[in-house]
Amino acid sequence: MEHIKTINKADFKKSITGTGCGECQVSCQTASKVDNTVINQKCEKSKK
Amino acid sequence: MVHKYKFRDTNFVIDGNSGAIHIVDDISYDILDCLDGNFFDYTENYIVKKLADKYSKEKIKEAYGEIFKIYESGKLFSSDTHENLATEENLNSPVKALCLNVAHDCNMQCKYCFASKGDFGCGRELMSLETAKKAIDFVVQNSGSIRNLEIDFFGGEPLMNFEVVKEAVKYARSLEKEYDKNFRFTITTNGILLDDDKIDFINKEMFDIVLSLDGRREINDKYRVTRGGVGTYDVVVPRFQKLVAKRGNKNYYVRGTYAKDNIKFSDDVLHIYDLGFKHISMEPALCGDKFESSITEECLDEVLKEQENLCNKLIDMNLSGRDVDFFNFSIDINEGPCILKRLKGCGCGNDYVAVTPNGDIYSCHQVVGEEKFKMGNINSGTFDKKRKKPFLNTTIYHKEKCRECWAKFYCSGGCTAKNYFNCGSIMDPYDLACRMQKKKIECAVAYQFYINQNY
Ligand code: SF4
Ligand code: SF4
Ligand code: SF4
Repeated sequence: MEHIKTINKADFKKSITGTGCGECQVSCQTASKVDNTVINQKCEKSKK
Repeated sequence: MVHKYKFRDTNFVIDGNSGAIHIVDDISYDILDCLDGNFFDYTENYIVKKLADKYSKEKIKEAYGEIFKIYESGKLFSSDTHENLATEENLNSPVKALCLNVAHDCNMQCKYCFASKGDFGCGRELMSLETAKKAIDFVVQNSGSIRNLEIDFFGGEPLMNFEVVKEAVKYARSLEKEYDKNFRFTITTNGILLDDDKIDFINKEMFDIVLSLDGRREINDKYRVTRGGVGTYDVVVPRFQKLVAKRGNKNYYVRGTYAKDNIKFSDDVLHIYDLGFKHISMEPALCGDKFESSITEECLDEVLKEQENLCNKLIDMNLSGRDVDFFNFSIDINEGPCILKRLKGCGCGNDYVAVTPNGDIYSCHQVVGEEKFKMGNINSGTFDKKRKKPFLNTTIYHKEKCRECWAKFYCSGGCTAKNYFNCGSIMDPYDLACRMQKKKIECAVAYQFYINQNY
């Protein structure tokens, strides 16, 4: 396409939609301790 | 929910509901402007007329056609189809992470400390090993089938009770096999008491470490002072450097706080990098009236500008081969956390709780001492599961403002404690934090785009 370029592969509709397994770190166990940082966490399931 | 913004010379478009991120040319950007977030409210003819002064009819039709195609593929103006996931059954999680406040005491007196100089206003106290062990038993018993359990040694200053930290780690490790659990320990420290033995123990056992430092000496020493009021930069920096030098590839973050009188925090982030620390995080002091230099509405514009400024600097550094990892911009735009984790929020009072030296269980470390957030006590063996309920209902779907927000799957509804302290309710997003959070997301997306420019 000439006008629009999609730069990522994310598609929430296809992402793991069941119950989150809970194996990854919770937000405030990492560097912040004062803010919600869910987005900065890594999914354990996608670790190679 | 479609959000668009400009960063450097690039037009970014985030489709909040699908997670798709696009870069678009000016004409598409203008078309999206006219559409105003509602694709079907406007016809192609309307757009052609509206933009006739600026672009030719053919070009507009061409770009509009592409927008339509992306819409058809579900990556623009997509609908939110995840609300049905927010059932109590899905949201209610076993408790798998503890913030263990091993010391309600501190050898420093940072002026913005939310813990009222370490003791949370509850009097100085150290956690006994017995309580620490019981807390570990508690998380083993309440974590269901979850294998990775997290213990963060926190305070006050946890090194003031290091024997208990060591023994607690030993005890937890002794349970791993029998219960099929994997403990991940983290510690947050001001560094004053770090010596070789502690460094070696921490590097061996801790999965992650948070080292507190605000940046340049004059900035750090303004607020990060000893009880006698003396700056701590010269004491802690060499200790942190030693720890990190011996740490190999394991995780750590040097974490700073910025306040109203040092909004130029990008200089502090760079200073921390120049000290030899690659992994850095920086958060605003958002303490409302409790701290005179708290970030407030008046300095918001400056803060937002500085976030962008930092982002620009970090992009340039990375592109010139200086490898720096800034926690707040570190997101995975291709995958990242699953949707349920995103909509649930931080997990306070649900999969995560804080335990005080006397064994009280609170929904999170920020609300220690607030009676209404007390959920039980480790020593008396009480844990009122009913008290989880209000926290389960803090998802992005339970909060009106979040439902309508383009950033909801990136922000996950903000910090429940901040909402409570600043707005009086755990259900009301704190507007100031929201605006900073959104800027952070914009920057993080742009940052990831620029440093991985192989698209
Ligand atoms: S590990 Fe992945 S799937 Fe499991 S809760 Fe975390 S983000 Fe979701
Ligand atoms: S907390 Fe604020 S920024 Fe975050 S999703 Fe809710 S409204 Fe949006
Ligand atoms: S309420 Fe705020 S401080 Fe507490 S765990 Fe959640 S994000 Fe962290």
